[in-house]
Amino acid sequence: MILNIIVCVKAVPDPRVADKLKIDPVTKSLPRLDIPLVINSLDSHALEAALQLKKKYETQITILCMGPPLAGNVVRECLALGADKGILLTDRAFAGADAFATAYTLAKAIEKNGPVDVVFCGMASSDGATEWVGPEIATFLGLPVVTMVREIVEDQGLDWIVNADFQGGYRKVKLKLPAVLTVTRKINQPKALSFSGIIKARSKEITEWNREKLDIPADRVGLKGSPTHVTDMTDLDSRREVEILEGSLQEKVERLVQILCDAGAV
Amino acid sequence: MIDFTFTEEQELFRKAAREFAETKIAPQVQNMEKTNRGWDEVVKELAEAEMFAVTIPVEYGGLGMGYVARMIATEEIARISVATAMMYQVFGLGFEPFIKFGTEEQKKKYLPKFATGEQLATVAVTEPSGGSDPKGCSTRYKKMNGSYILNGRKCFITNSHIADAQVILAVDEENPEAFTTFIVEKGMEGFKPTHEEHKVGMRGCNTGEIEMKNVSVPAENVIGGEGKGLKVAMACIGDVGRGGMVGIAMGLQQACLEAAVKFSNERILYNKPISNLQTIQNKIAEMKIDLEAGRLLGYRAAAMQDKGGRTSNEFAVAKYFTTEAVQKAAKMAVDIHGGYGCMEEFPVTRYLRDSFVVGPSAGTSDIMKVIIARWALS
Repeated sequence: MILNIIVCVKAVPDPRVADKLKIDPVTKSLPRLDIPLVINSLDSHALEAALQLKKKYETQITILCMGPPLAGNVVRECLALGADKGILLTDRAFAGADAFATAYTLAKAIEKNGPVDVVFCGMASSDGATEWVGPEIATFLGLPVVTMVREIVEDQGLDWIVNADFQGGYRKVKLKLPAVLTVTRKINQPKALSFSGIIKARSKEITEWNREKLDIPADRVGLKGSPTHVTDMTDLDSRREVEILEGSLQEKVERLVQILCDAGAV
Repeated sequence: MIDFTFTEEQELFRKAAREFAETKIAPQVQNMEKTNRGWDEVVKELAEAEMFAVTIPVEYGGLGMGYVARMIATEEIARISVATAMMYQVFGLGFEPFIKFGTEEQKKKYLPKFATGEQLATVAVTEPSGGSDPKGCSTRYKKMNGSYILNGRKCFITNSHIADAQVILAVDEENPEAFTTFIVEKGMEGFKPTHEEHKVGMRGCNTGEIEMKNVSVPAENVIGGEGKGLKVAMACIGDVGRGGMVGIAMGLQQACLEAAVKFSNERILYNKPISNLQTIQNKIAEMKIDLEAGRLLGYRAAAMQDKGGRTSNEFAVAKYFTTEAVQKAAKMAVDIHGGYGCMEEFPVTRYLRDSFVVGPSAGTSDIMKVIIARWALS
């Protein structure tokens, strides 16, 4: 039996140059300018979780990404990392989608792609950070979902056991495939790109689907299909505060211990 | 029309090379600087990252990615560690005689092991009397009972102590016009690496001397054919050795520029970052101009190389330009750092030392001008 895995991947502005992103004071949006798109960090953990399964079982890993045509580079990178094929959902009609419209579009693509056993998502995206897309995909597909998965304990057959973060600890969850899992950073350490992987990716296919291909009404995608809207954005002014401790060594140590205790560090 | 863009695959390759350099090589730099050692660790990392396989053809276990890819890899490694990039580029130089001039048996025997890093290679041409005039070579060979007996000494050889196979240029004892290149393997009787150099920069990059005393080399270890040694040595050094230095110079220029930009944005003077001062901007602009121009020269030559042509002259121009530029860039980066530029905690001090070594490696700027003038006058 082949384990069919979908890994949902988002192309996000490169966090290393994210400080160049400025909020447009008029539209309250984030013009992306020419900031390069990279794989959302948590999604690389989702992909690695799938790749770990590939080492043990016969799998078909499909990357699913919704974004502008340039996001194809991110899909190609995922193929170089070891995924088998890629699907890029790209259409101007998809622009401005909130988590709900995004999840709906992704769910439709998953249905169109065929049978699926596991859908892996990063727990959140670095630019949206709603944590809703994974659970909403599960809702649209009518599948169980476990969020914030930190470890896959049992993955043989259709009955899995996972550990998922929960209020400072974790919960052990039994689930039956097919299911949607959103993962945290703790689940694994993603592997680096390999040169031979880049070469192997040459022969792997990336399919592009637009709204028509997915057969979705125009009012269910993008801005039109989004029940939530960003109405305002503000910059956070974060500052470091410096306190220079005065007095004798004993006094300074006592004050330092007090500060650490007050901060909950001790 | 000329297309100046990298392919999607080359961009991905740069990303992989950069991630590799930043995560696997950067942690080694401090130790390399401190001990003038550490090559075992970086060689292991280079091998695990498939770096050695880049130019080796697929049929011999390599990746066959070509010379633009090699330049990208060299540039990204040099941005983090010039010492590592120097060893890496000379390993590639060492593979080249096998790729371009090796017999089928030699290719099958050596290249798969080079591709995985199981064996390492270098080329040894330079002697105490110099390296840019290989005809002045005094390492001698004579034929005896179907083998060749080598005697002589080579110096300033990168990877001298760690290469398993060295391609050595020697002159026929009986015919001063006949030069031949031989594969000399570690462990052959009478062959040994001797003195290790302590360079002003590139600390941790293995450089030293080798000595041959009556080394008996079997006939199957002649590479490129008897009497064809100059062609082998010059083609490899001119196309691959120089190309490697261009990649190193560009990576180091990039590092200088990044350090200068970072420091000048953080250092406050007159209540503003010093990057607001026109005099600092002037330096940064010069560094950027040189880097952009050097990339055009270097990658153009590498792209020509990928098409199969000889590129020694084009690389002489690129090598002259980029290795001069990197010495300027390192000096300017140090100047921008002011007093901090004299403190070893700041990497610009290393960049300055490294830039001095980049200059003469694979031929000084003066020699490059000799070559370029010959090209122009021909």
